[in-house]
Amino acid sequence: MTLNIFILLALIAAALWTVMTRSLLRSALGLALTSIILTILMFQLDSPLAAVFELSVCAGLISVLFISTISLSLPLSEQEWMKHMRERMARFWFLPLLLILVAVVLSFMNIKPTIHLPAPDKIQDVRFVMWHLRRFDSMGQIIILLAGVFGVVILFKEKIKK
Amino acid sequence: MSGEITHIFWSFGLFIVMLFVIGLYCVLMTYNLVRALIGLEILIKGVTLLIIVAGYVSGHIALAQSLVITLIVIEVVVMTVAVGIVFGIRHYNESLDTRAIEKLKG
Repeated sequence: MTLNIFILLALIAAALWTVMTRSLLRSALGLALTSIILTILMFQLDSPLAAVFELSVCAGLISVLFISTISLSLPLSEQEWMKHMRERMARFWFLPLLLILVAVVLSFMNIKPTIHLPAPDKIQDVRFVMWHLRRFDSMGQIIILLAGVFGVVILFKEKIKK
Repeated sequence: MSGEITHIFWSFGLFIVMLFVIGLYCVLMTYNLVRALIGLEILIKGVTLLIIVAGYVSGHIALAQSLVITLIVIEVVVMTVAVGIVFGIRHYNESLDTRAIEKLKG
């Protein structure tokens, strides 16, 4: 449990850095780092398959998407950059304090109601659950993927010149 | 639910709430579209961790993993389409700043 607490602290630190850092590129890299730390945590919690998905898709694919968008956007001039940074700092300096406040308040409140849980599952094979018990989810995933593909096609469709 | 399990769940819960606060603050306070999406991603990370922890403490970890895989697929599709929309907005407005988007006004 102590190790998990350290990993959770690293997760919060990475997420905070992602939000607070000045550069957008560093922000995207921070998000990838957050995903990697979450992957380690998922391995710790006996979820290897979901962890592999998180690592390959969230830390890999989504980071590539963000970095390519950032690299295609126009950089600001030095004057604009300074003005932008001053504005940003004025809006974001409060976040670490807010986090500390939330942590302290929740720790002191000590909310620990007893939760009544169902009996543990006898089936521990994720493949069985995915393909037999949650088969309908796969249908939903296919429909969502198709919706995404058509959405991107429509967004990037070239206009026919008359 | 034994005492140790309760302790694990609420220890993780505290950090999950902190993750939500970071993501929500980012979404609400930023004017940059890419940063807003990054804030949304952090919120989704919090949800992912919550599902996994709930599965772990309740002994339904296979079901939790299945749900997380579905969540990741939805997350990717949403992000891809959202990045496409951001790309289009940048193309028309030459900026990622939400204050510069005026062409949506009716």
